[in-house]
Amino acid sequence: MKHISLSAPLYTGTIRSLSAGDQVVLQGDIYTARDAAHKRLCELLATGKELPLDLRNQVIYYVGPTPAKPGAVIGSAGPTTSYRMDPYAPELISRCGLAAMIGKGDRSDAVVDAMKTHGAVYFAAVGGAAALISQSIVAAEIVAYPDLGPEAIRKLTLRDMPLIVAIDSQGKSLYT
Amino acid sequence: MRMLSRDQVVSAVRNLCLEAARYLPADVLARMEKYAHAEKNFRGRAILEQCIENARIAAEKKLPICQDTGFAVLFVEMGTACCLDEGSVEEACQEGVRRGYTEGYLRKSIVHDPLFDRVNTNDNTPAVIHLRSVPGKSLRIVLAPKGGGSENMSRTAMLKPADGVEGVRDFVFRTVVEAGGNPCPPTIVGVGLGGTLEQCCLMAKKSLLRPVGTPHEDPRYARLEQELLEQINSSGVGPQGLGGRTTALAVHITPYPCHIAQLPVAVNLNCHAARHAEVTL
Repeated sequence: MKHISLSAPLYTGTIRSLSAGDQVVLQGDIYTARDAAHKRLCELLATGKELPLDLRNQVIYYVGPTPAKPGAVIGSAGPTTSYRMDPYAPELISRCGLAAMIGKGDRSDAVVDAMKTHGAVYFAAVGGAAALISQSIVAAEIVAYPDLGPEAIRKLTLRDMPLIVAIDSQGKSLYT
Repeated sequence: MRMLSRDQVVSAVRNLCLEAARYLPADVLARMEKYAHAEKNFRGRAILEQCIENARIAAEKKLPICQDTGFAVLFVEMGTACCLDEGSVEEACQEGVRRGYTEGYLRKSIVHDPLFDRVNTNDNTPAVIHLRSVPGKSLRIVLAPKGGGSENMSRTAMLKPADGVEGVRDFVFRTVVEAGGNPCPPTIVGVGLGGTLEQCCLMAKKSLLRPVGTPHEDPRYARLEQELLEQINSSGVGPQGLGGRTTALAVHITPYPCHIAQLPVAVNLNCHAARHAEVTL
């Protein structure tokens, strides 16, 4: 089985070339955000304020890692369930240019519609494989909302994170 | 009367938190390996192999198996002939959880208030503690940290007695299939039957602690468990909801006496990281 090597940020041409079922290894810089961070970002958008980070062509990983042990970059870092971010994701795709999301489990029709219109992709990581995935994170720093603890927004630098294209930019999905 | 020290209980619970987070129980791992060999879907098999590799890395590097180190759920059986030198067993368990999660670099996932004030308590307390009094001089503590993803997909229904076996079968099957990839399949499906609403849910959760795949001692329930497992694994959901046969590793049913007017059923799903650890003092 061929693994496609991708480097974040991700651009439209690359995203449109991916198909559901493709196995990917991802490099580069991505951002973490989960429930509480999404709520804050969308509240800023609703009131017309500037976001603490530019999401254009970026990848968001739905993860709340365990704290790093002394000397470690990060703790265990597997994906959290994506459907809880469904109320927020269409806004981030359509208004902020978010290119890709990494999580686990199916997405709502509204998210898939936004992905099709704006050319975004949804990757699945293996839920629970948090120790394994942590081995592909080489750097991590908090860039916003440190008060949210595990839900703070972090920038992660990746080396060969294993992913599967679960829903592609044409709306084709592996979930039945 | 046997006197146990509070410190001994605190330290035992602290260690259970670390053990449960890092080491996948041998019965769960063996079951996953068996299913990985049998899985014909290439993607499903690759996912199961990642789960097995993950358990190996976690144990070797002393890392949590999953970043969601869970809500600490404790089942405590306190012998009537033993007591603590100071405070209550519940208080000692809470302190043990506090120390385990903070000193062990485990994720703190508990907020103060569910609706208005979702501020992290920063030490993963309070734990949920189920305390029972039993004969004897021992204190037995089972810690089963419960992740949010699979717990969210759990369901309960107050069926009519007339709904019978088919009603139960249909509810359990629908719950697992509708959960899809969200609870991190392959799951362990804990089913509580009977009791009151809350007892039924407790039975479902306790079902998750049974050694994986050991059949119920009543052959009628054992058959229903096996039939449900086959039906669930024919659904096509598969590992992570991405297709294949391995949707569940086991179905465990725990019945309890119930009211003539009722047939409660609760389904508590556990992800493949079916963590638990126990100690007897």
